[in-house]
Amino acid sequence: MSSVWTLLSWGPEGWLDDIAHGVFVTVSLALATLPIGLLIGFFVALAKQSDEPSLRLAGNVYTTIFRGLPELLTLFLVYFGVQIGLQNLARIFVPDAAVEVNSFISGMVALGVVFSSYASEVFLSAFRAIPRGQYEGGSAIGLTDGQTMRLVVLPQLIRIALPGLANLWLILLKDTALVSAIGLSDILRQTNIASRVTKEPFLFYGLACLIYLALAIISSFGINAVERAVGSKGNQR
Amino acid sequence: MSAAVDSLQEDVVRPPQVNRWTRNRKIGYALVGLWILIGVGLVVYLFTAWNPELIERYFPAYMKGLATTIKLVILSIIAGAILSLPVCYARMSSNVVLQALAYGYVYFFRGTPLLAQTFLIYYGLGSFRAELQTIGLWVFFRDAFNCAVFAFALNTAAYQAEILRGAIQSVARGQWEGAQSLGIPRLLTLRKIVLPQALIVALRPYGNEIILMIKASAIVALITVFDLMGETRRAFSRSFDFQTYIWAAVIYLTIVETLRHGIDWIERRITRHLKR
Repeated sequence: MSSVWTLLSWGPEGWLDDIAHGVFVTVSLALATLPIGLLIGFFVALAKQSDEPSLRLAGNVYTTIFRGLPELLTLFLVYFGVQIGLQNLARIFVPDAAVEVNSFISGMVALGVVFSSYASEVFLSAFRAIPRGQYEGGSAIGLTDGQTMRLVVLPQLIRIALPGLANLWLILLKDTALVSAIGLSDILRQTNIASRVTKEPFLFYGLACLIYLALAIISSFGINAVERAVGSKGNQR
Repeated sequence: MSAAVDSLQEDVVRPPQVNRWTRNRKIGYALVGLWILIGVGLVVYLFTAWNPELIERYFPAYMKGLATTIKLVILSIIAGAILSLPVCYARMSSNVVLQALAYGYVYFFRGTPLLAQTFLIYYGLGSFRAELQTIGLWVFFRDAFNCAVFAFALNTAAYQAEILRGAIQSVARGQWEGAQSLGIPRLLTLRKIVLPQALIVALRPYGNEIILMIKASAIVALITVFDLMGETRRAFSRSFDFQTYIWAAVIYLTIVETLRHGIDWIERRITRHLKR
């Protein structure tokens, strides 16, 4: 049995390089999911705060479904569902087509819809915190609806929504661990392999937990910097 | 006379014709239509894919899995609630060491994925098999279900401690001071004055925590516990029929929605006296 330090070294003997690759996959998955989730979440929130009942209904159905399903089940539904769907579609043209869906993309889509359904609630409560007078003021000085949204409402909205969104980012970072179940080599999967080969599960899973913790700490520094930059901190009325 | 009436009618300013089909309404109708289409598609799919043999074979398994899920969630929520009391106490105490310990505990369990914690306990404790055997705890940790309950309880204790702390701190200081000036002991103040007010605040977060636990419990399928998700995975790997996953989704969604509406109802009911 080799020593702990050999196991955690960089190179063919140790596992640090493999785990570092896992960290890269986890972080890039989370970073790739974030913009999609924010964008969908924003539009769902727009739908939910609209005057039009049908739009509100459509938005609420979206949130209800993706907040109610377990994240792992959503992931499997996307991963296998899209695969089977595409395969059936392809078989219309090529009888023995076999479709393989990229697990990174599946993870991105599944985590994106979950993130967006929570983000839409954060955006919605931020929308409600903005007084009606802001819209009326915008229209009084001759801005179009789009300009009012972009120049008047959005800058305030981001300030109000940021703490909630920061929380969701930390949740997203933790949820990425689920993609190890569909074979994407993230932190947890790499440590899983390492612990099976070396028979040192406590060491490697402990390391995985510490890495996630470190990512969370780094994120909170980043979040603090962003909050200071947009003024979520301090100068709130 | 009639000419005057006519000219009066001419002068009536008619309100501008309102466009009933605004852009928002078109988009809204299209999206609702899309949802209806998806819903109908799903029902048609489940109808055409209806396979009595499959249902007969896996329905009992699903029910057993559901029972496992519910048992897991109830056990870990209760164990977590008990465990959260000392954590919450330590977190609010004036002792710096206790405070730091509780903060570290909460930070660790809230900052790492539940899946990693579950793996750490289920697979990781295997490293200490000899030690655990000597103190007789191995029998407990050998079983995947017990490990899952243990991991979930530790995890939810951290969240519940924070919920409880937030709720107790939401009660105004004057309540404590008022009780003190009446000569009421601290523990009695907590039990009779502060907690009843705090629990109203805590109800919603507690309800959310239960819902989160139900959803999170799906991951125990990855450590060979056959809960609802585990049974679903087994059914899918044997039949390669996608409807196995759809049924699981329907069951989870039903549970979560029922619970959510139940909590809403309880909250409305116990805050009646606060409505103005």
